Amino acid sequence: MDWLYLHMPISGVDLFWPGLVILGLGVGILGGFYGMGGAWMITPGLNILGFPMAFAIGTDIAHMAGKSIVSTIRHAKFGNVDYPLGIAMMLGTMAGFEVGAQIVMFLERIGKVDLYLRIIYLILLAFIFATVLLDYAKLKKKEKLAKEKGEQLDKLAGGVTWYKTLHKIKIPPVMTFKEAQIRVSLWLPMIVGFVTGVIAGLLGIGGGLIRMPALIYFVGCPTHVAVGTDLFEVMISGLYGTFTYTWKGRTELLAVFVMLIGAGVGAQFGAVATKYFKGIIIRVLFGSAVCIAALSIAQKLIARIYDIKWLDDVSTVTILGGLSILMIIIVAKAVAGMRKEVQMKKMGQA
Amino acid sequence: MKKLFAIIFSVIGLVSMIPNIALAAGQKAPPLVVVAYTKGLSGLSLWWANLYNDNMLLFTILTGCITPVAGILIGFIADYLLSLTGIDLTKRELAEH
Repeated sequence: MDWLYLHMPISGVDLFWPGLVILGLGVGILGGFYGMGGAWMITPGLNILGFPMAFAIGTDIAHMAGKSIVSTIRHAKFGNVDYPLGIAMMLGTMAGFEVGAQIVMFLERIGKVDLYLRIIYLILLAFIFATVLLDYAKLKKKEKLAKEKGEQLDKLAGGVTWYKTLHKIKIPPVMTFKEAQIRVSLWLPMIVGFVTGVIAGLLGIGGGLIRMPALIYFVGCPTHVAVGTDLFEVMISGLYGTFTYTWKGRTELLAVFVMLIGAGVGAQFGAVATKYFKGIIIRVLFGSAVCIAALSIAQKLIARIYDIKWLDDVSTVTILGGLSILMIIIVAKAVAGMRKEVQMKKMGQA
Repeated sequence: MKKLFAIIFSVIGLVSMIPNIALAAGQKAPPLVVVAYTKGLSGLSLWWANLYNDNMLLFTILTGCITPVAGILIGFIADYLLSLTGIDLTKRELAEH
C-alpha cells in the first residue's frame, strides 16, 4: 500500500494522499458554499493525517488562496461578487486587524490570554448562531403574516434587518454597490470591516466566519453576494499569506497541490451549490457550522481546563463529523437541484 | 476576467503594506530554521528540496506563482466537468436576502 503514501520533499514525511484530497474536497465545498477560507476546519483534519504542524499554517493558507480563486471566479460569473464593496471592507479589515493584533500583544503581558480569547471566541460564535436563529424565526413570521394577507413576501426581505437602521446614516461619500443592491455611506462597509478586522486580529482567525454574517446583517448584502464578496477578501489575504509563510519556509507545495485537486473541485461545486439554496437556508446552514465550531471549542476548552485528554479527541470528532454531515446535506440538495434543472431544460427542448 | 486580475494585482500591492493581514490560520510563526533532508530524493523532488535549502527567494516566488495558477487550472477543469452535466453556469435565479 506504499502507493497511497506520498513523500513530501521539504518536511520529509510520508503522507496519506487520498486523505489530503478528501480533506481538500470537503473544505472546498464548505468554503465555496459559505464564503470562507476555513482554516478552522482544516487544522483538525491535518492533525489527524499526521501533517507536520510546522508546515500546517503555510500549506493551509497556500491551498486556501488557490481554492478561493476558483470559487471567487465562479461566484463572479453568477454576479455574486461586489468588488468595490470587497475593497472597501478590506481597507477597514486591514486597519482593524492591526489594532486587534496590538491588543493581543497587550493582553499577552497580562497573561492567560489564550484562555480569555477562547472564551471571547465562544461568546462570539454563540452570538452569531443566536442571530441566525432569530433571523430565521423573524423571516418565517413575516412569511406567515404575508400569507395570511394573501400577499407574497418581497424576495429581498430579511428577518434580522439591523442594516436598515445603519443605511439611514448617510455620511458622505454615499455609494451605490451594484451587485449588493445597496446605496450606503462608504464608511459603513469600512467600519464594519474595521470591527470584524479587530475581532479577527484579536482571535487570530481569518475572519470569514464573522465577515460573512456581518456583510448580511450590518451592511445589508444579499446572502449570495455576501458569500462571493467575502471569498474575494479571503483570496487576496490568502495570496499575500502564501508569499509570507513560504518566505518563512512553512509551505509544502506538493501537499498544496494534492489538497488543491480536491479543494479546487470542491470550491467550484460549493459555489455552484449556492444556486440551489435560498438565502435563508444558506444562513441556517452557516449557523449550524458555527454551532458545531462553538461546541468543538467548548469541548477543547473544558479538556484544557480540567486536563481531560479524551475530550480533546471528542472535539476533533465533533468538528470533523459535524462538518461532514453538513457537507452531505449541501451535496445532496445541490445534486437534486442540478437534476431538476437538467430535466426542466430537457422538457423545455421537447 | 481582466477586471478580476487587475483588481487582484492592485489589491495585493495595497495589502502588502500591512503584513499581518496574512492571518488566516491564526498564530504567528515563531522563528524556525527548517532544512529539507535531501538524502534519497531524486529528480524534481531533489531540485525542489535543494531550492528550498539554497534559494528561499526563488522558492517563495515560484510557490507564490504556481499556487494560484494551479488553482485557476483546476478551477477551469472543474468548470468544464460541471458544464458537462448540462446545468447553466452563467447565472443564478435566486437573488434574495
